[in-house]
Amino acid sequence: MKVPKDLRYTKEHEWVRASGQEAEVGITDFAQGELGDVVFVELPQVGARVTQMKSFGTIDAVKTVSDLFAPVSGEVVAVNTELKENPALINQSPYEKGWMIRIRVANPAEIESLLSADAYEKALGAHA
Amino acid sequence: MLDTTSTLKRTPFYARHLALGAKMVPFAGFEMPIQYEGIVAEHRAVRGGVGVFDVSHMGEIRLRGPGAKAYANRLVTNEVATVPEGKAVYTPMCLESGGIVDDLLVYASGRDRLLVVNAANFEKDLAWIRAHAPSDVTVQDENEDTAQLAVQGPGAEAVLARLYGDRVKSLEFYTFFEEGSGRDWRLVSRTGYTGEDGFEVYVRPSRALETWDRIFEAGAPALIRPIGLGARDTLRLEMGYCLYGNDIDETTNPLEAGLAWTVRFDKEDFIGKQPLVAAQRDGVGRKLVGLVLDGERIPRHGFEVSAQGRAVGTVTSGSMGISIGKPVAMAYTDKDHTRRGLKLEVRTRGQETPATVTGRPMYTMGSVRAPKPRRAE
Repeated sequence: MKVPKDLRYTKEHEWVRASGQEAEVGITDFAQGELGDVVFVELPQVGARVTQMKSFGTIDAVKTVSDLFAPVSGEVVAVNTELKENPALINQSPYEKGWMIRIRVANPAEIESLLSADAYEKALGAHA
Repeated sequence: MLDTTSTLKRTPFYARHLALGAKMVPFAGFEMPIQYEGIVAEHRAVRGGVGVFDVSHMGEIRLRGPGAKAYANRLVTNEVATVPEGKAVYTPMCLESGGIVDDLLVYASGRDRLLVVNAANFEKDLAWIRAHAPSDVTVQDENEDTAQLAVQGPGAEAVLARLYGDRVKSLEFYTFFEEGSGRDWRLVSRTGYTGEDGFEVYVRPSRALETWDRIFEAGAPALIRPIGLGARDTLRLEMGYCLYGNDIDETTNPLEAGLAWTVRFDKEDFIGKQPLVAAQRDGVGRKLVGLVLDGERIPRHGFEVSAQGRAVGTVTSGSMGISIGKPVAMAYTDKDHTRRGLKLEVRTRGQETPATVTGRPMYTMGSVRAPKPRRAE
C-alpha cells in the first residue's frame, strides 16, 4: 500500500498535495482498496466553498457509498472532470490521475494540522 | 477495528483465497472472499468467460427415510415430491403466515431430498425443519461434510466436461448427477445464481482442494478466474434474483416477491398454503419490481421510491448494473406502481433520480439456459 512521503493526510483517508496557496485533494490508496471499484464520484463545482472536515462530495463504489471530507477550507478552483467518464482512475491511480479537486486554501495553518505520511501510516497500522 | 475473525468459520478453500490475494470479509459467520482483482472485472469475467465461486458457506440438510419426499413437499411451496430423480428445484420455504423462512434448492437425490439453504439461515432452517419433521423422516445436517463450488459463465460447460466427461453436456438446466460414494461422492448440477450457463459442484471437504485445483487446471485455457461474493451479488441483482435478508424475509411472501411460479397451489397441503391461496385470490398490496435508473448515483437498500414525489415503495437491493451500464435496483412498490415501463423516481441522498420499472431479469443477454418462468401476474 502506497503512502507518498510528500503528501499530507486526514484520518478519513484523504490526501493533500499542497503547493503555494493551493491544495490538491484525493483519497488514499488504502481508501480506494477498502471501497473497491469506484463507479461514480460526486464533486462540487468550481467556485464552491468547502469547509475543513465537512463533506465536499460522495463516492459510490459497487458495494458501498462514502462521504468525502475536505482536508482544508477554501474555494474550489479546479475539479477533475475526467473522473466523470472514468471513475476507475481513483482505483488505478489514487495519488495522480485520481485527484478530485483543487482548493485555494483559506487558512494555511489548516494544512499544518494534517497528518504527515508517517503519522498516517501509524494510524493505518492501528487498522490492521 | 474489532477483531471478529477469530470466531469466524473458514471454508476448505481458505488458503487458496489468501494465495490469490482475496479481500476476506465476515459473511454469515464465515470468512469469505468478497473480491480478488475487483468486482467489475470479476463480474465481466463471468458474463464473458468462466469463473469459480467458493459457496461452501451454503448449508446442506438431507431428508431421509420413507417420509422424506412427502415431508419435503409439505415444507416448501414448489413441487419436490413427484419430480424425477436428478431434478433440482428452486423454492421458498414458508411460515404458517406465508412469510418466507428461506429460499433454497431441493435436489431429488434418490429417495432423499437434499436441501441447500442460505448460510445466514442455516441454524434457523435446521431448527424449523427438525421441529416439523414426522417420525418417518431423518433430518441430517450435512453442512460440515460438504464443500461447494459454483462454476459459472458461458465457458463453464467446456471446463467441467473436460473434468467429468460428456455427462456434463447432457445435463439440462436444473438437473444434476451424483457419482462416487463416501469421500469420493460428488454432485454436479446445472444451476447457478448469475444468469449465465453454469454448474454447482458439491464434494466432501477432504476432496475440496483437489477439486478446486483440477477445475482451475481444466479452466486455464479459458482463463478461468476466482470470483468473490461482491460480483456474485452484482450478477444476481442484474438477473432480479432474490437475496434472502434483502429482497425477501419472513415479512414478505412469495407472491409479493414475484415468485408465484414457485408456489404450487394445486399441491394437497404445504406450510403457509392458506394465506398464500388467500393472497392469490385477493391480490397482493405490493410487488418486487426491477428498476433501471437514469442517473449515476447508486441506489441502496432502504432508499425510497416515489411517483411524482409521493412515496410508493422502498429499494431492497441496488448496485451498479455492470453489464447494463446503468444503476439497477429491486424494490417493493405498491400494487398500482408495478407496471413495466412506468416512470418512477428513487431518492438517492436527497436527489430524485428517474427510474423505469422493468421486468426481472433486468439483464436479458445471459447465456443461462433457463426456460422462462411461468408468469403469474
